[in-house]
Amino acid sequence: MQKYSGFGLLKHSMSHHENWQRVWRNPAPKKHYDVVIVGGGGHGLATAYYMAKEHGLTNIAVVEKGYLGGGNTARNTTIVRSNYLWDEAAHLYEHSLKLWEGLAQDLNYNLMFSQRGVLNLGHSLQDMRDIERRVNANRLNGIDSQVLNNAQVQAKVPILDCSKNARYPVMGASWQARGGTARHDAVAWGFARAADALGVDLLQQTEVTGIRRKDGAVCGVETNRGFISADKVACVASGNSSTLAKMVGIDLPLESHPLQAMVSEPIKPILDTVVMSNHVHGYLSQSDKGDLVIGAGIDSYLGYGQRGSFDVVEHTIAAIIEMFPIFSRVRLNRAWGGVVDTCPDACPIISKTHIKGLYFNCGWGTGGFKATPGSGQVFAHTVAKDEPHPLAKAFNIDRFTSGKLIDEHGAAGVAH
Amino acid sequence: MLHIHCPYCEEYREEEEFSVVGEAHIIRPLAPEELTDQEWASYLFFRKNPRGLHHEMWAHSHGCRKFFNMTRHTVTYQILETYKMGQQPSITTEDTK
Ligand SMILES: Cc1cc2nc3c(=O)[nH]c(=O)nc-3n(C[C@H](O)[C@H](O)[C@H](O)COP(=O)(O)OP(=O)(O)OC[C@H]3O[C@@H](n4cnc5c(N)ncnc54)[C@H](O)[C@@H]3O)c2cc1C
Ligand SMILES: [Zn+2]
Repeated sequence: MQKYSGFGLLKHSMSHHENWQRVWRNPAPKKHYDVVIVGGGGHGLATAYYMAKEHGLTNIAVVEKGYLGGGNTARNTTIVRSNYLWDEAAHLYEHSLKLWEGLAQDLNYNLMFSQRGVLNLGHSLQDMRDIERRVNANRLNGIDSQVLNNAQVQAKVPILDCSKNARYPVMGASWQARGGTARHDAVAWGFARAADALGVDLLQQTEVTGIRRKDGAVCGVETNRGFISADKVACVASGNSSTLAKMVGIDLPLESHPLQAMVSEPIKPILDTVVMSNHVHGYLSQSDKGDLVIGAGIDSYLGYGQRGSFDVVEHTIAAIIEMFPIFSRVRLNRAWGGVVDTCPDACPIISKTHIKGLYFNCGWGTGGFKATPGSGQVFAHTVAKDEPHPLAKAFNIDRFTSGKLIDEHGAAGVAH
Repeated sequence: MLHIHCPYCEEYREEEEFSVVGEAHIIRPLAPEELTDQEWASYLFFRKNPRGLHHEMWAHSHGCRKFFNMTRHTVTYQILETYKMGQQPSITTEDTK
């Protein structure tokens, strides 16, 4: 792998940047792999990278029906934080946040990871009580987290309407200074490039249409490019996980919903942190390019169409304008949707299945981007060793039968 | 924006007047205490989530406030029919049964 550096940039400028090495190969599928990972989003690519790097498995492939990072990975609002309420979730997301902190160096790829802090606003007494409870739980788990009052929020975000007459009065917020944003496609590309360098085959435009079994164990996947034999199949397909599970008669407790986001035209720097309001379903940050990145709530019907309804967008924009009157004249540039796999307890499923050699990592719903490195690392362990990583144990599929749910609804995991 | 025919009001109205409840035709078990954990979990948490036709329950929340059912395609979002509670869908596939 050609190492990226400031010096390299200078050197290649001499030859008009025409001699850069290709970022990854575009190999033909081999007949057999030790592990086939289905889904070339951030989570699938991270899984491949850690599997090769930490478990020495290099005869593996990532199979992606479209292009790398074309799913939710490059459709999300890129918010990264770890201030979840319950221990199991907090440990998993905090593990991930720690990985983020060294990830650009590890991958030798600029992920534009920016720890600009994340505010979760409270608009009612109940909101504030929930926030205090969550912040205290976070601190007990060693996660940086703080309760801010109205004046402290106003000082951090002068353009936020914190007045008494505001339509959605700001009573305070939780603040995680280590939270922030990252450039989502760079995350997919960084993991892809690093995995490729370790020998992982990245097979794009390859759709899994069936999962073949022999004597109760997985033996490979059917694809539009033919059968690919594999000892293990690891599915990381977000919104389409149910479709894959159905191929082998497994039921997952998931529902696939549209989730929408939008960006404005680029404007001068005006917002240097992330502002989230679960209450009104509005999430806002400003990208380095200058556009306002706005996330909406989910459309409540099932939808695989990667688009949702206008009234959801309208509702979000109305809330954002109420909170930030200064943006009322800003024009939107683009809006889009992804398909998120929501789980009844708003927590992921990272699990073995009753079929030998078949694994699922899904259910991240509206908030899995922040978990990309952590998810990949614990899933790689789970698949390579055929036993759950300690941090993944609680996220077993059996929890829906045993009743041991990790209920992150309402507390922290409502969205993003 | 979906344009939805309420089978009770017998009118097409805009999506904003409605709310989705979820998968239709789920019957609450008559004797929950006799179910296995698996069966109870399946009743509580496991939904069909098809990529294709789906029978789902909606409510005309800001209209007549009645519940009704709908057959809708989850990729194109096309609504094929709406029908009253207690009725069966006229359009089905292997997947939706
Ligand atoms: C609008 C929006 C905003 C969001 N905002 C945030 C946020 O601010 N913070 C946050 O943490 N999370 C956020 N999320 C959630 C986050 O994007 C997802 O949880 C995360 O990206 C999931 O990663 P993934 O790699 O599993 O999924 P994906 O990137 O969706 O990857 C799955 C891949 O599987 C492929 N695939 C599916 N079926 C098959 C098949 N049969 N064969 C081959 N390949 C297949 C797909 O093409 C896709 O590329 C948001 C999501 C959306 C849609
Ligand atoms: Zn009606």
